[in-house]
Amino acid sequence: MPQTLKACTPPPYPMAPSMTPVTRFIRESAEVFTFDLAPERATPFAPGQFNMLYAFGVGEIPISISGAADAPDRLTHTIRAVGPVSAALGRLKTGDQVGLRGPFGVGWPVEEAKGFDVLLIGGGIGLAPLRPAIYWLLRNRAAYGRVGVLYGARTPDDLIFVSELEEWRKTPDFQLRVAVERAGPDWTGDVGYVTPLLSKLRYDPADAIAMICGPEVMIRATALALEDAGIADSRIFVSMERNMKCAIGHCGHCQFGPLFICKDGPVHRYDRVRDLLAYREL
Amino acid sequence: MKDIADLLRHHPFAEGLDEEMLALVARCAKNVILQPGEYLHREGAAADSFYLVRHGAVALETFVPGRGAFSFLTVKSGEILGADWLIPPYRSSFDARAVELTRAISFDGKCLRGKCEADPRVGYEMMKRFIPPLVKRLQSARMQALGMYDAANA
Repeated sequence: MPQTLKACTPPPYPMAPSMTPVTRFIRESAEVFTFDLAPERATPFAPGQFNMLYAFGVGEIPISISGAADAPDRLTHTIRAVGPVSAALGRLKTGDQVGLRGPFGVGWPVEEAKGFDVLLIGGGIGLAPLRPAIYWLLRNRAAYGRVGVLYGARTPDDLIFVSELEEWRKTPDFQLRVAVERAGPDWTGDVGYVTPLLSKLRYDPADAIAMICGPEVMIRATALALEDAGIADSRIFVSMERNMKCAIGHCGHCQFGPLFICKDGPVHRYDRVRDLLAYREL
Repeated sequence: MKDIADLLRHHPFAEGLDEEMLALVARCAKNVILQPGEYLHREGAAADSFYLVRHGAVALETFVPGRGAFSFLTVKSGEILGADWLIPPYRSSFDARAVELTRAISFDGKCLRGKCEADPRVGYEMMKRFIPPLVKRLQSARMQALGMYDAANA
C-alpha cells in the first residue's frame, strides 16, 4: 500500500545546531562525497528538504538530504567540495561530529504527483536532492504513472550513485537515461546535453509532473523544453539555490523577489519563479 | 521485404514529406547496417554521405593525442547524422563510430545536393528537416561548452 508523506514539523530550536556524529562516509567521485549522520532523535523529513551543516570552526552551509525519507534515524547528505565549508566537511571521518540544524524548507511534490507520470531531471550534483524523491517513487511505485529519470554529468568519472544507477537501470517500469558531456571510447551510454533526452522518455505531457534540480542555467533550459513538450508550467517544479544563512526566512540572505528560497523553497513551482529567473539582480 | 522508401517513410525525417518527394529523395538512399565499433566516417575524410539512424547509436568523436578518442555527442534512433555534406569543402569534421549494432539509411550527399539544385522545393524541404536539429545541437553544444555542472552544489 502506498505510503503517505507525513507533514514535517520544523525543529523546536531552529537556530541551535545539535552535535551529530558521522556514521558512514563514502567517496562518490573525486569531488563528491556522501556521509550519513545519526541525529539524536528521529528526524522526519520530506524528499527535497535540506539541513544546515556546520563544520566547526569553518562555517555552515545548506545541503539537501540525499537519503530515504522513510529512514528518519539516518540523515544522508551528498556534497561537492567547492568551498571552504564543503571541503572541511569532505575531510571528516566516521565518528567525527557535525553541527546539524533542520530539516528546513519545502520539498518535492511527491504527494501531489500521485497518479501522474513523473519526470525527474538532475544535472551534476543535482541528482542528490532528487534521490529521496526517486526512492519514494520506487517504494510507492503503484501510486504513480510512468517514471523517468534523466541525469547529466560532465564525464563518466563524475557520475554519482553509480551502483544505484545500475540498479535503477534494471528496474522494471522505470526509465533512466544518463548523459555525459564527454566520454572516452569505453562509454557506451549517451553523450551530449541532458535536455534533448527528454524526447527519449515515454510520458503523457497532459498528465505529467516534472522535477528539476541542477545548475540554474540547466533548470531554465530544461523547464522551457518541458513546456515545449506540453507539460503545464504549474506542473514543473525546480529546486533553487541561493545564499542561505538562517534557513527560516529571517535573515533575508536568500530572498528571491517576494520569496525566500529557504522557507518557500528550495523546491518551487516553476510558474511562480519563471519571471523572477529573468532578473539578473536576484 | 521493405524497400528504401518504406524505411524512409518510418523515419521522423520523412514526416510530412509527400510521396512524390519521398520517392525522389529515396533514389539517393540505401540501407546500411553497422557493427559496433565500425566507423561511418573519419575526421578529414570526404563528407559524401549523411545518415538517418533507424536503430542503434553512433558516437561523434575527436582524437586527442596522448589521451585517446573523446566522444561529445551520441546520435540515436530517429536522429540525423552528418551535416558536413551540406557545405564545401564537404569534409568530415569528426569521427563517427557505431557504439552498438546500428541500422541506418545512408544518403549520397552529392546526389541529394543535385536534386536540391534542380528543384528548390526539394531544397526547402531538406532545409526544414536539417535546420531544427542543427540549431538544437548548436544550443546543446553551447551548454556543454559552458561547463555548467562545474559550479553547482546542492
